[in-house]
Amino acid sequence: MARVQGAIVVDRERCKGCEVCVPACPTQVIELANEVNGKGYHYAYMANPDACTGCSNCAIVCPDGVISVYRVKKTA
Amino acid sequence: MGELKLMKGNEAIAEAAIRAGVDAYFGYPITPQSEVIEYLTYEKPEERTGMVVLQAESELAAINMVYGAASTGKKVLTSSSSPGISLYQEGISYIAGAELPCVIANVVRGGPGLGTIQPSQADYFQSVKGGGHGDYRLLTLAPSSVQEMADFVELGFEIAFKYRNPVMILTDGMIGQMMEKVELKDPVPRWTDEQIQEISGSWATVGKPANRERNIVTSLYLDSAIMEQHNHHLQAKYRQMEAEEVRYETFDTEDAEYLMVAYGSSARIAQKSLTLARAKGIKVGLLRPITLYPFPAKPLLDLVPQLKGILSVEMSAGQMIEDVRLSVECKVPVVHFGRFGGIIHSPEEVLEALEQKIIGG
Amino acid sequence: MDIKDIIKEENLVYSKTKLMTDNVLSYCPGCGHGTAHRIVMEIIDEMGLQSNTIGIAPVGCSVLAYDFMNIDMIQAAHGRAPAVATGVKRTWPDKTVFTYQGDGDLAAIGTAETIHACNRGENITIIFINNGIYGMTGGQMAPTTLEGMKTSTSPHGRDLKKMGNPLKITELIAQLPGTYYVSRQAVHTPAAVRKAKKAIRKAFEIQQENKGLTFVEVVSNCNSGWKLPPVKSNQWMVENMFPFYQLGDIKVDGELVK
Repeated sequence: MARVQGAIVVDRERCKGCEVCVPACPTQVIELANEVNGKGYHYAYMANPDACTGCSNCAIVCPDGVISVYRVKKTA
Repeated sequence: MGELKLMKGNEAIAEAAIRAGVDAYFGYPITPQSEVIEYLTYEKPEERTGMVVLQAESELAAINMVYGAASTGKKVLTSSSSPGISLYQEGISYIAGAELPCVIANVVRGGPGLGTIQPSQADYFQSVKGGGHGDYRLLTLAPSSVQEMADFVELGFEIAFKYRNPVMILTDGMIGQMMEKVELKDPVPRWTDEQIQEISGSWATVGKPANRERNIVTSLYLDSAIMEQHNHHLQAKYRQMEAEEVRYETFDTEDAEYLMVAYGSSARIAQKSLTLARAKGIKVGLLRPITLYPFPAKPLLDLVPQLKGILSVEMSAGQMIEDVRLSVECKVPVVHFGRFGGIIHSPEEVLEALEQKIIGG
Repeated sequence: MDIKDIIKEENLVYSKTKLMTDNVLSYCPGCGHGTAHRIVMEIIDEMGLQSNTIGIAPVGCSVLAYDFMNIDMIQAAHGRAPAVATGVKRTWPDKTVFTYQGDGDLAAIGTAETIHACNRGENITIIFINNGIYGMTGGQMAPTTLEGMKTSTSPHGRDLKKMGNPLKITELIAQLPGTYYVSRQAVHTPAAVRKAKKAIRKAFEIQQENKGLTFVEVVSNCNSGWKLPPVKSNQWMVENMFPFYQLGDIKVDGELVK
């Protein structure tokens, strides 16, 4: 059975920590970090990477375009 | 020799624009210059040359249509009259700030406010000193005949593109409305897209190809250091205009002890006053500034050693006189004469002013 | 599978379009402007229009749109973008021309330019961002501010008797024969972004066919002006803005919907 696995890369220094991506994720992958970036924003990161399907929802709603999405088809 | 026609000054502007390969005219009707857009819409320049003519919903829209088309390297003309030019000022300031070429004709009427539809020269300050907000200058040409109304359209575009700066043709209801013989030049084609690319490709917004950075037309510089730098650049351009673009003509100045300074309609009238004065044995000359900015300051100063007095003649309460005085550096008395509020002074009134205010004064 | 094996060039499925520059957006965290900018640039990229497009930036928060959109752009005086676009389009009828304007710019100071460009049926596309407030100048009342909504110039809430009614300019211009496609969208959720992108793409496609003016309103948020965190501002928008500014197509193929 084929299933997809995804991953996101957040440009931490450009992320403004607006959190809009968090509710946009259908599999609750993203959280805001406890640490802050150079501008003092709690940036978004993959807190639960195994759940990522690479659906791109987070990147599509990201106002600052700081999320890149990767996806692979995995044969189990 | 070009085609000879009897035309109104306003019509001459319009016909000259078609023949000069102007790409677009945007305007809004206002007396006494509506013949410009009436002539253009009647003549169907879209069929003759492909020139676009559009009546805007307001002067605000018209000048911003000019701003848009000028941003793309096109030759764009507009015209209006005093109250309309006041509405243009915001757009003119943006055009000057963004360094765009265009030609604007102001067929001046009496003011302030709604004023009168009769001729006046009371928009001198508005044209020559800036008009809108910020430190900027308009190259200002002052025709005194229907022939010059036509000629200055072509000249206007030449210097507008040379400096990437708006050019004002400052005329008035008298020259706009009067009919005179005019020799029209043979038509030249409009620039092709390739020519526009060659002439203005480094700055014009015509779509970003892969092989160059995007072009941006803006007058916004939020960083004050860059804003100051931009202003220095503009000022350097204005100094260059002052060095290279001064235009004027003189009449009977060789032995003149007195001088009249007058532009546009007033210069026509002053020429007659000159003849009347010379017939009476008065040694008077006339200097007609053709460019009001840059003002012919040096030619005027050069005449000062031979002069006992200067009469500044204009159909206003006294605007150009400030530049005349600055030019002669207080070395000779300068007195203003002019009717205003829509009244045109007669040659006799000018002569009387010369005799009473300058010679007898 | 290890994350390192997933994050490889060949597995990339989404990233910021190259038509957005690398300049950091000047917008507040969570502001819909960034998303709206990006989808407009994605469409121009996907349609292969970069070398053929001229954008007009307004006065307002998006005054610096030209810093972010990697296309030739003109910055217009407050409210005058449709007139500037008219000047460009009339002299370059084969180019793609769009304005990007906020509610103060388009629906207050620029109302005349908006209505007349629409009424003339200029073959341009207008992207209208409506967040019911003047963002750039610090949260003053806009023509689109809702009844009772607090802003810095309606600090006790918009009083319709004193301050007039919120203006549905999109419905107004849809009445004009010159508009061919008019739609109202949002960019707060993935589904909304996809729909908005589809609408804006349609607008640009219609422009290629010279059928008339196309107009897409994007109802958006203003976290700073509304004084709400980004996610809460999106909720507030859904609860308060959408009932008044209802999403969906208003005019399709030159015919009013419904």
